[in-house]
Amino acid sequence: MSYKKRNDGRDFNETRPIEAKVGVIKRADGSAMFRIGNTVAYVAVYGPRELYPKFLQNPEKGVLRVNYNMMPFSGSGERVRPGPSRRSKEISYVTEKALLPVLNLAEWPNAVVDVFIELPQTDAGTRCAGICAASMALADAGIEMKDMVAAISVGRVDDKLVVDLNYEEEAYDGEVADIPVAVIPSTGEVSLLQMDGEISKEDLMKVLELAKETAVKINEIQKEALKKKFEVQ
Amino acid sequence: MTYENKQNVLKYLKEGIRLDGRKLEEYRAVEVESDISKSAEGSARVKIGDTEVLAGIKLAIDKPYPDTPEEGTMMIGAELLPLSNPEFESGPPNIQAVELARVVDRGIRESKAINTKKLLIEKGEKAWTVMIDIVTLNDAGNLFDAAALASLAALKNTKFPEYDGTKIDYKKRTDKDLPINKLPISVTVLKIGDFFIVDPNSEEEKAVDARLTVAISGDKICALQKGGDMPVTTEDIKKMIDIAFDKSKELKKIIGE
Repeated sequence: MSYKKRNDGRDFNETRPIEAKVGVIKRADGSAMFRIGNTVAYVAVYGPRELYPKFLQNPEKGVLRVNYNMMPFSGSGERVRPGPSRRSKEISYVTEKALLPVLNLAEWPNAVVDVFIELPQTDAGTRCAGICAASMALADAGIEMKDMVAAISVGRVDDKLVVDLNYEEEAYDGEVADIPVAVIPSTGEVSLLQMDGEISKEDLMKVLELAKETAVKINEIQKEALKKKFEVQ
Repeated sequence: MTYENKQNVLKYLKEGIRLDGRKLEEYRAVEVESDISKSAEGSARVKIGDTEVLAGIKLAIDKPYPDTPEEGTMMIGAELLPLSNPEFESGPPNIQAVELARVVDRGIRESKAINTKKLLIEKGEKAWTVMIDIVTLNDAGNLFDAAALASLAALKNTKFPEYDGTKIDYKKRTDKDLPINKLPISVTVLKIGDFFIVDPNSEEEKAVDARLTVAISGDKICALQKGGDMPVTTEDIKKMIDIAFDKSKELKKIIGE
């Protein structure tokens, strides 16, 4: 089979429209909103603050704790039951791993940096949107970072390699590979990589290049949003 | 809140002014934005000053309760997200979240805001159930009024998804509105010392002696909830209800009929 045209008319290497904003939650130490198509992520960062219960503390450096959550009305079908699920726990965990390489928490023994990712509306690509927003919120909170992290899902729909799959493409009746990738833009290193589906080694290497190129573009939008918050009116 | 902070709140109230410069019976700016989540059948965002609350509606089909076989059902949940306040923790809803959900629930249920009879599909077998979920984005005080208002605004723009008699297609929204009878307005009045205020910010909430949430539908009271550690006199109750009726007119203008 051949996937001739994307259902929303995009080019195969084109993302959905992106909107990014920093400082959206006033009580938080840092916060951001990242929208890609119909997927929206809000992130608040609290900390570094003291970590309880105490046995979780690390006397050598601060701990990063991520909590990913879909709001009950944010699913594409039935209501999502509130509270953690196996899926949300795993996403929280891999998101921590995606963000940690750029953070320097050595100055914060026994402390925690809490990252709360909340999604009011979803249409695939939620973990990537969460990582993009989290990276902006951490920078907004003034946490020491050597770079940001930008994430995008890439993959294959039948014979075409695509960037930023939407829900309809993920559910496409044919061969689909869905590969969320988090990239550290300055080095091109990958800090999150998962895949559902099937792909050849050659195609995988090609879509990873696409992911890197896209991450650089997303990173420009992230930096622009951060600068905007601190613009002098 | 420390004794000093409470004395500070009171010092200003004695002069007829609040910490943030407002009058005692003055709300912060109230903003309502509808349809903020395309995933939900209905949704809204309410901002009261820096406080920001979202409400979303999902519809499903379920068996009616045995004692009301000709009516659909409703359910309200509230989550005090740890993203919205550094003092909120992850985990199952605590008593504050449960109280919030139940107070909003009572206002909507007891005023018969939703015409549940019109939600019936097949007597005793099938009816629509309306699930309202409230989540907090930023807590800067007065979550009660913001949550009640957001729920109403979300109910108002709810559209049924397509249903072919066996399966719901959530991807397709019809243009059929949820059957709404009326919109009950909630106003929370706080007593601090000898003073009554509306729309408290976080500092004022911590200085509270007594709190009364009044849900008003037309010229009737349809739900009440007293909070706070201090008792109130019947004279206090009368004053607080008078203030609530008065302020409900302003909120009603914002949400519309």
